[in-house]
Amino acid sequence: MDQPQTIKYYQTGTFTVGNRLLSEDQRSVQSGMERTNSLNSGHRACQGCGEALGARYAIDAAMRATGNKVICVNATGCLEVFSTPYPETSWQVPWIHSLFGNAAAVASGVAAAQRALGRDDVRVIAQGGDGGTTDIGFGCLSGMFERNDDVLYICYDNEAYMNTGVQRSSATPPAARTATTPALGPEPGNVFGTGKNVPLIAMAHRIPYVATASVANLRDLEAKVTRAMQIRGARYLHIFVPCPLGWGSASEDTIRLARLAVESGLYPLFEARHGKVTSRTTIRRPVPVTDYLKLQKRFAHLFGKAPDTVRIAQIQRMADQNIADFGLIE
Amino acid sequence: MLKQTEGSHAVAEAIALCRPQVVCAYPITPQTHIVEGLGEMVKSGELTGCEFINVESEFAAMSVAIGASAGGVRSYTATSSQGLLFMAEAVYNASGLGLPIVMTVGNRAIGAPINIWNDHSDSMSVRDAGWIQLYAETNQEALDLHIQAFRLAEELACPVMVCMDGFILTHAYERVDVPSQEEVDAFLPPYAPRQILDPAEPVSMGALVGPEAFTEVRYLAHHKQLRALDLIPALAAEFKRAFGRDSGGLLRTYRTEDAETIVVSLGSVNGTVQEVVDEMRARGTRIGSVSICSFRPFPLETLRAALGHAKRVVVLEKCLAVGLGGIVSDGVRKSLSGIQLKGYTVIAGLGGRAITRASLTRLFEDAERETLEPVTFLDLNTDIVNHELERERQERRTGPTAEAILRRMGTVASRIG
Ligand SMILES: Cc1ncc(C[n+]2csc(CCOP(=O)(O)OP(=O)(O)O)c2C)c(N)n1
Ligand code: SF4
Repeated sequence: MDQPQTIKYYQTGTFTVGNRLLSEDQRSVQSGMERTNSLNSGHRACQGCGEALGARYAIDAAMRATGNKVICVNATGCLEVFSTPYPETSWQVPWIHSLFGNAAAVASGVAAAQRALGRDDVRVIAQGGDGGTTDIGFGCLSGMFERNDDVLYICYDNEAYMNTGVQRSSATPPAARTATTPALGPEPGNVFGTGKNVPLIAMAHRIPYVATASVANLRDLEAKVTRAMQIRGARYLHIFVPCPLGWGSASEDTIRLARLAVESGLYPLFEARHGKVTSRTTIRRPVPVTDYLKLQKRFAHLFGKAPDTVRIAQIQRMADQNIADFGLIE
Repeated sequence: MLKQTEGSHAVAEAIALCRPQVVCAYPITPQTHIVEGLGEMVKSGELTGCEFINVESEFAAMSVAIGASAGGVRSYTATSSQGLLFMAEAVYNASGLGLPIVMTVGNRAIGAPINIWNDHSDSMSVRDAGWIQLYAETNQEALDLHIQAFRLAEELACPVMVCMDGFILTHAYERVDVPSQEEVDAFLPPYAPRQILDPAEPVSMGALVGPEAFTEVRYLAHHKQLRALDLIPALAAEFKRAFGRDSGGLLRTYRTEDAETIVVSLGSVNGTVQEVVDEMRARGTRIGSVSICSFRPFPLETLRAALGHAKRVVVLEKCLAVGLGGIVSDGVRKSLSGIQLKGYTVIAGLGGRAITRASLTRLFEDAERETLEPVTFLDLNTDIVNHELERERQERRTGPTAEAILRRMGTVASRIG
C-alpha cells in the first residue's frame, strides 16, 4: 500500500471513486460494501458540504487501514456541530469533542491512554476546521508535533470560520470576502500578505508525514490517509474542502471548485516525509485562476463592471509561484 | 512511613501511590516541584505504568488529561494561579464531560501586579466550574486528600481539585506519614471508567446540547455535588479506619461547642487561628474555629449546625470578590439564613501577606467587642491607600498603582520580578 497506485488514468479518472474494473484490494474504500460509514448520513451539513465529504472519506479510509480501530477527537466547528446535535450522533466511531482550541492535545491524551493501556492497535485521529487548526488550536497542534505523539491530525480547510458565520481565519485567501473582511474600501476582502501555510509549518517540525489532499481527488485522499495510518508518530493531513455557504458557490460545484483549485496551482497536492517533499500531483494543463474565482461570490468584487485586474493578476502569480515551488508541471 | 519532606514532594508521593496512568506537566511556581517529582519517579522507574507528558501550556495539560481520562485511564495534573486561569476553559469542560481528573492547585495570587505568593484567588476563580474543591490544612492532609480525591472523583465521575497553600504548604518541610502501596491499593481500587472511547463500543462524547436538555445536564451536575456532601464524610471515615487518621471531611470544628465567636477559614491559616483561639480561651474568651475542607460542594447544613449557636462569625478569606467583599462569606451567610448572628468578612493574606498571631488577636478582640467593619482588610496600610486615593484625585493620570505604592514605600519597583 505504501507504493503509489498503478492505475491507468482512464480507469479511475479524478471523477470516479470506486472502480469495478479494479481488483478488490485496489478499489476505493467507499466502493466497498464493507465500508464503515463512520460519519453516516442524516447529519445537518449543508448540501454540497466539502467538509462532510472529506471527513467521511478520511475516517472510513482510516478505519479500513486500521481494522476499524480508530478513536476520533473533534475540535468545535461545523463538522462537530452538524454531526452531533444531542441526542443524535452521526459518528459510528468512538468520538469526543472537547473545545475549539484543544483537539490536538485531547488527542495526545487519548493516545497516551492507549499507550498506558498497552493497546498499540488503537489509533487516534484529531480533526478540526482551518480556524481550529491554524489559529486557536495552533499551539496545541505544534506541541503534539513536537512530542511526535501518535496522532493523525486532519485539518478540513474551508478557508474561514464557517460555523460562526464565515469570518476570516489565517487560512482565508487574499481578496476573499468574509464577514470580517468585507468587500469594502481600497482593498476589498482579505488583504494580501497575511495567513499561514500550516502544511509547511508542520514540515518544519520534521514530523514523519505531512500531506495535502482535496475532495477533488478522493482516491488520492484515501491513499494518503491509508499511508498516514501505516506510519507511527505525529502526522498531518490538510484537506481542501469547499464550503458552498461560506464561498457563495453552488452546492453542485463543490468538487469542481476543489478540482479547479488544484489545477490552477492555488492548492498544490503533495506529500512530505520528515520535512522533505516526497511526491506531488502534477498538473497537466494549468487552468487560469479566474475559472476558479468566478464561481464564488466571495470573489465577486474582483469581477465587477471594472474587473480588478491587478489583484486577479496577483492571485495568478500566487498560483504560478506554487507551480514553480512544488514543480507541479513535469 | 514517617518522613521529613517538602509538601510538594509529599503530594508527588501520594499521587504516585494512587497509580496514575497519565500525568501532564507544565511548570509554574509554586506547583512545579510536584510534577518534577512525578517526572523523576517515572524516569527512574519508581512509578511504572504511567505516561509522563510534558506539554506546551496549562491549557494543553488539562486537554491532555481530558483525552487521557476519556481514553480510560487515571489522569492527573497540577497547576497554580495564571496557569489555572489559562486552562479555565478546559477546566469547565472536564467537569461537563464528567471526567474524574484529579488536579492539585498550589494556591497563589493572580496578577496584575504579578505576585507569586499565596492566596486563594486562583482556585476561587473557578469555584463554580463543577469541580469538587478540597482545601488542605497541612501537608499530611494534602497527602491524604489526594488519595481520597481519586476515590471521590471516580465514584462520582466528577473531577476533584485539591487546593493547598502555595509555599506555606508546597514548599514547607514537615513530617508526614506516607502510607504503603498496599494500604493505598486497598483503599483505592484500579480505575474502572464508566464510559470510555473504545472502538469495540463506540460512543460520542461532548455532543452539542440545546436548550431542551441543557438545564437538566446542569441540574445533574449540581446533584452530583450534593451527593458528594454525603460521600466526602463517608470517605473520610473510611480513610480513618484504614489509615488511622482524621483527614478531610466537609469541615473541622475546634472548641466551638460553647463558643460565642467562631472564626471560619480555609487551608493552612487554620493552624494559626487555632493557636490564637487557645491563647484567647486561656484568657477566658469563648472563641472557636471552623475550617472548611470541602468548599465545593459547600457544606451548608453542616456549617449551620456548627455555627448556629454562636453570637458572631468572622470569616477569614484569602481572596476578594472585587466589588462585593468576601467569596466564602457568601456561602457562610447562606448557611445561616434565618439565624440572627453578626457576621464579619475579613480579607487577609492577599498576595502572601503574613497573617500573624498578633493581627489575628487584635482582629478577634475587635470582633468580640463588635467594633469590626462588616468587611475588613487585615493589616491594610491605610496611609498608603489614602495617599494613593488623594494622588488620583489630584493627578488625572496616575499610572500603575502598584509601582507608585512601592516607590512611596521606598522599595525599588524594578527589583520585584
Ligand atoms: C474559545 C472559543 N472561541 C470561539 C469559539 C466560537 N467558535 C466555534 S466554531 C468557530 C469557528 C470554526 O471555524 P473552523 O475551525 O474553520 O471550522 P469550520 O466551522 O469552518 O468547519 C468559532 C469561532 C469557541 N467555540 N471557542
Ligand atoms: S457552512 Fe460550509 S462547512 Fe459548514 S456545513 Fe455548511 S457547507 Fe459545510
